[in-house]
Amino acid sequence: MEKLHAVGQSAVRVDGKEKVSGAALFTDDLEFGPDLLYAEIVEGPHAHAMITKIDTSEAEKVPGVLCVVTGRDFPYNFGLYMKDRFIFAQDRVRFFGEQIAAVVARSPAAAKKAARLVRVSYKPLPKILNPLDAIEGDASLIHPGLKSYEHVPWFFPQPDTNIAHHRKIRKGDVEKGFAEADHVLDDTYEVPRYAHCAIEYHAAVAKYDHSGRLTVWASSQSPHTQRNLFANALAPMGIRHNDVRVIAPHVGGGFGSKAGVTMEILAAAIATRVKGHPVKVMWNREREFYNTYQRLGVVARLRLGVKKDGRITALHHELYWDAGAYVEYGANVVNAVGLSAIGPYRVENASIDSYCIYTNLPPGGPYRGFGYSEFLFGLESHMERIARHLGIDPVEIRRRNAIKAGDLTAYGAKMNPSGLMQAIDAVAKEIRWDEPVLPGNDEEAVGKGFSLFWKAPAMPPNTSSSCFLKFNEDASINILVSGMDIGQGFLTVMAQIASEVLTVPLSKIRTENPDTDRNPYEWQTVASHVTWGCGNAVKLAAQDARNQVLDLVSRTQNLPKDTLYLAEGSVRCVTKPSFRMALEDFVIHGIQMPDGTFRGGPIMGRGVFMPEYATTKADPETSQGGHPNVHYTVGAAAAIVAVDKKTGKVKVRKIVEAVDCGKAINPDLVRGQITGGILQGISTVLYEEMKFDHRGKMLNPNFTDYKIPTSLDLPDEVVPIIIEVAEPDGPYGARGMGEHTMIPVAPMIANAIDDALGLRIKTMPITAEKICLALLKKNEVR
Amino acid sequence: MKKISFTLNGERRQVHVSPNEILLEVLRYKMGVKSPKSGCDSGDCGACTVILDGKAVRSCLIFAVEVDGQEILTLEGLSADGLSPLQQALLEKNAFQCGYCAPGMILSAHELLSNKPHPTEGEIKEAISGNLCRCTGYQPIIDAIKSLTQKR
Ligand code: FES
Ligand code: FES
Repeated sequence: MEKLHAVGQSAVRVDGKEKVSGAALFTDDLEFGPDLLYAEIVEGPHAHAMITKIDTSEAEKVPGVLCVVTGRDFPYNFGLYMKDRFIFAQDRVRFFGEQIAAVVARSPAAAKKAARLVRVSYKPLPKILNPLDAIEGDASLIHPGLKSYEHVPWFFPQPDTNIAHHRKIRKGDVEKGFAEADHVLDDTYEVPRYAHCAIEYHAAVAKYDHSGRLTVWASSQSPHTQRNLFANALAPMGIRHNDVRVIAPHVGGGFGSKAGVTMEILAAAIATRVKGHPVKVMWNREREFYNTYQRLGVVARLRLGVKKDGRITALHHELYWDAGAYVEYGANVVNAVGLSAIGPYRVENASIDSYCIYTNLPPGGPYRGFGYSEFLFGLESHMERIARHLGIDPVEIRRRNAIKAGDLTAYGAKMNPSGLMQAIDAVAKEIRWDEPVLPGNDEEAVGKGFSLFWKAPAMPPNTSSSCFLKFNEDASINILVSGMDIGQGFLTVMAQIASEVLTVPLSKIRTENPDTDRNPYEWQTVASHVTWGCGNAVKLAAQDARNQVLDLVSRTQNLPKDTLYLAEGSVRCVTKPSFRMALEDFVIHGIQMPDGTFRGGPIMGRGVFMPEYATTKADPETSQGGHPNVHYTVGAAAAIVAVDKKTGKVKVRKIVEAVDCGKAINPDLVRGQITGGILQGISTVLYEEMKFDHRGKMLNPNFTDYKIPTSLDLPDEVVPIIIEVAEPDGPYGARGMGEHTMIPVAPMIANAIDDALGLRIKTMPITAEKICLALLKKNEVR
Repeated sequence: MKKISFTLNGERRQVHVSPNEILLEVLRYKMGVKSPKSGCDSGDCGACTVILDGKAVRSCLIFAVEVDGQEILTLEGLSADGLSPLQQALLEKNAFQCGYCAPGMILSAHELLSNKPHPTEGEIKEAISGNLCRCTGYQPIIDAIKSLTQKR
């Protein structure tokens, strides 16, 4: 294998200096001058109600108010995968806190004051706060218009129900599989909703100028997708794609919450009503919780049949998703899980029913892990329980069932190469799986838990990434891409790939956040796909530039092209060791010929990547026949916990996690994803808990009552392990791994708690209180 | 409106504020100092941390009128003469991801190191425990701070 000089190095982040110096500008840090207007949103105080009247007259009288806009101004629907969402509520509200109107004023104070004066009358409707209630025969319909909504061809809404999509897998012969089983375990697991809690709020500023140009500055994971959705939604107003420009500054954390389009469209729409002025829409911490996306909740019924030796004979997985009031994005979470809810196992007989169910709770949407954390909580709990029941080592049962390259996935396509076995072995070794763990004192019980994980990017089959790469006079480089660095290190990794191809040092490469006018297309920064997808585009662009360089040198110097190569920023020749032409001598100004004329001109590379083998075309009754997922990233993890037997408080002593990222372009950043993802996972299982009252109002939308971990809540030890089994079509073999790192955490901690206390908790979160109560109950029974 | 004056990153500044104006908002929107961030506006996240007369405080909980005559340091001030060893260590260790928590986190650590050049890991954790970070799992930040105390 060729020796790599840039790829595989733990380079310092290219955006690092900006971030540690305070220079990094986020959306709300940008200046828009004294003409900036502020919009305040009016929210509905009902989970489900018809809007009978909106009176804005008093609000309009407040000094400093320019206008009040409502749903009547924008009778347009939009959505990423299904157009079931509205800019402002139309005739009804579907979740508590939904946006109904906006007041635009010269100051935030005037806007807030006026917003309180907008009078809205409602006729309450029956509300549904639970997905199982929503599928009862007599449940009221949350979206009576469901059958008329446009959607992608791989969704199957059930008209006149609250089921917006049903993904079905039928593979092999499930009945026969269960008949052959020596042991069948049937149980139900519940995973509630969670909030992303990026520390930066959503923020968007938009300006619709007098020439008809709509510019939106937004904290965004998806600048091009936002442009597309804004242009489509506002098309009736005569706005076209090239009228819309999205500029995305640094993003203070995303985790899925800033993907697709949520509140940003408010700024875009409102701007069209205050032509010529920039207008800012800022979310606050409360709205971050209840009016962006939330992670979907799920009730998962799982039936798994195994032989005595632990080999799986059949799986049946029914998943009832609480997808919330609008599912334009969340339905694809449901779809992704429907395709993958066998977990990283070889399962010949499988049936899966994944239901996307409307409820009157905030819209469910993408959240790091995209549904895999949720279903693997049940599946990996199940595996451990079955192993213990059969007297098989929990690691061994996973080895016996682990999916291998070439095995068939749930939808019948071949599994990609993976280092799952290496990951299992590495984790078992590092955690000393075979050795007993000892309690530190009489008060605590200790236990170990294991979990595998997998996840595929969930995206349309024609998802694409592209790159322009241009040289400057000194052979420094600007890479133009439209992926977002949401903290994962995307910009650094793109620079490393270009550096590898062009042998230009990282210090001479600049990659920055995009502007959709200048930077080429990228679908979105989601699905952990940009290292792979955009990485391929950057590599192709760099190779294109290299090709132009070598062509030019070849034709001007009379040297065969195949003898030329790049090294340390110069063109060299294998047959003429003394030959050297530094890139800075010609990448802009060209090469001078003996007659004084020049050849060449600015070198600019171009790269485009689309996985041309992906397809969602399959039989909807079985999902067999397509190739919806490009590949899976897999891994294994284990935890040791100590539980205080009196208080139920869980202390995580050690976590080991191995992830197969194909190739770690920057190992430091890969380890950073593991460390961060693990704590986010710990948080979902041990701390975070969303509370809603009977009205569907979220009761704890703040960090005092919705606890996320601080530096005092860390595991004693975290050991990240990198496995590298190359992805055949990844840049240098890389595949994504950012989301995956939090996926195994909840089940392995549940497994470790069970190991410690003999207590199986099947609903998340597993708080100290829950453990305490369960312990009391258990002792009573005895 | 009241005219107040205070030292901001080494420069004497004057500004007119009303009695209920919050320091964070005055710094950001009236004085153009953008490194202190808002992540909760209620004292929970530490993104708005600034150094006030040598102490790390949450600027979202302080009225601007209270700082009249005092001295404030933000990350802009700390970076004015190039990166401090603390910032350099955080940079080299790739300690931050999205970087939104960085201004607050760095100032909390800066306060700690100013008073205690060789803190223990426990003291480091304690010092930054009021600064929420959703990305990193904190350990890389703690390790970077620790590396610095060992080097010195
Ligand atoms: S904004 Fe001040 S503590 Fe969060
Ligand atoms: S690096 Fe993102 S919040 Fe700390």
